[in-house]
Amino acid sequence: MIAIVDYRAGNLVSVKKAVDHLGFPCAITSDPDVVERAEKVIGPGVGHFAATSALDESGLRAAITSAIGRQIPFFGICVGMQWMFDSSEEAPGVRGLAVFAGQCSHFPPEVKSPHVGWNQLEIKDGSRLLRGVPSDAFVYFTHSYRAPLVADTVACCDYGGAFPAAVERDHLFGVQFHPEKSGDAGLAMLENFCRI
Amino acid sequence: MLTKRIIACLDVDAGRVVKGVKFLNLRDAGDPAELAAAHSRAGADEIVLLDISATHQNRAILLDAVRRAARELFVPFTVGGGIRSLEDAAAVFDAGADKISINSAALADPTLITRIAERYGSQAVIVAVDAKRLPDGNGARWEVRAAGGRKPTGRDALEWVREAESCGAGEFLLTSMDRDGTGIGFDCEMTAAVVGATSIPVIASGGAGGPEHFVTVFREGRADAALAASIFHFGLNSVAELKQQLRAAGIPVRWPC
Repeated sequence: MIAIVDYRAGNLVSVKKAVDHLGFPCAITSDPDVVERAEKVIGPGVGHFAATSALDESGLRAAITSAIGRQIPFFGICVGMQWMFDSSEEAPGVRGLAVFAGQCSHFPPEVKSPHVGWNQLEIKDGSRLLRGVPSDAFVYFTHSYRAPLVADTVACCDYGGAFPAAVERDHLFGVQFHPEKSGDAGLAMLENFCRI
Repeated sequence: MLTKRIIACLDVDAGRVVKGVKFLNLRDAGDPAELAAAHSRAGADEIVLLDISATHQNRAILLDAVRRAARELFVPFTVGGGIRSLEDAAAVFDAGADKISINSAALADPTLITRIAERYGSQAVIVAVDAKRLPDGNGARWEVRAAGGRKPTGRDALEWVREAESCGAGEFLLTSMDRDGTGIGFDCEMTAAVVGATSIPVIASGGAGGPEHFVTVFREGRADAALAASIFHFGLNSVAELKQQLRAAGIPVRWPC
């Protein structure tokens, strides 16, 4: 079973609908025990980085940390990906999961923020998550903050300079865009994750 | 490069997609779920479903249409019409919408924008602005209309978008009441004025009749996205054909779509 973690920030129906469509059993949950027992965990996210602090209070952070420690695949989407970094300018003092290093920052003032719409990826070879996805696929973004470029970046996007659209290391995956809203390319990535 | 979005709009009345000229003379055009899927397959970057009768009819028909349309739709899906409270918005999100569009209720109480944005994020809140050009006085001005365009509000469109943005709006859906359904082209002057007044994305709507109108609203109107209904429904153009023409004109679009 794939646990879709609900931390009461935004709408998770679309993520569940996409996983249902692909034919994998999944559940939206805010129960740390369900997350502990899951075969895979999706950390979706829309809204504010500060909302992730709810994960600490509910025991979900401990459950996710424990699952990741047992090599359970984890997939962070949008703010869910940003939460995998140390912190974000959006909510100074709120701790991320810190499996990737660095702080998420706001787009520079030269570009319109939020970054909303379909933008093109530049995919590097060797990603398990992005296997079979055209290297210049378009995906749907909606965000005002972006993660720092790290060595584990597997796809870049250009908006006010290059930023990581996808990161991946071992069983840890994160995407800044919304695969559940990115047509066939997005469904292919979700399916890759569900099959890992 | 961030592309310009082509958004297919389904105006729904009593569970059926319709499209009127200047919000009147409705013609039946089909089932919302089927049309949403067809537009997505044909390359529409987003789908908007507007319940044009919701303000004075019951909500159950709409929620059923939203649920059916959302089931197999994997591009952004916006639902609007008759959303008056956080609870109304929650029901629409639960039925599968990614964003909601609010209009009259936001004008009556701008804190509704804030309350929905705090729960679902600003990216999920589109404020629809129906505006009508005022007779020429000292420069171009546009008045905001409420209740599906029926009710003048006396409010200036540019002032209203600044306020709505500060309340937490994530995008604007700007419809020209003068151009809606006419096919003579978008109001580029109004679109550019609103784009200049805000920092969030603006979706231009009202008046699309051919590909050249989309080129001008992206170039001169500086719109981030453009919305059209009737040109798609009645087979005057496919989204793919429209996007090919935009590409030829140098407008960045999602391709292949």
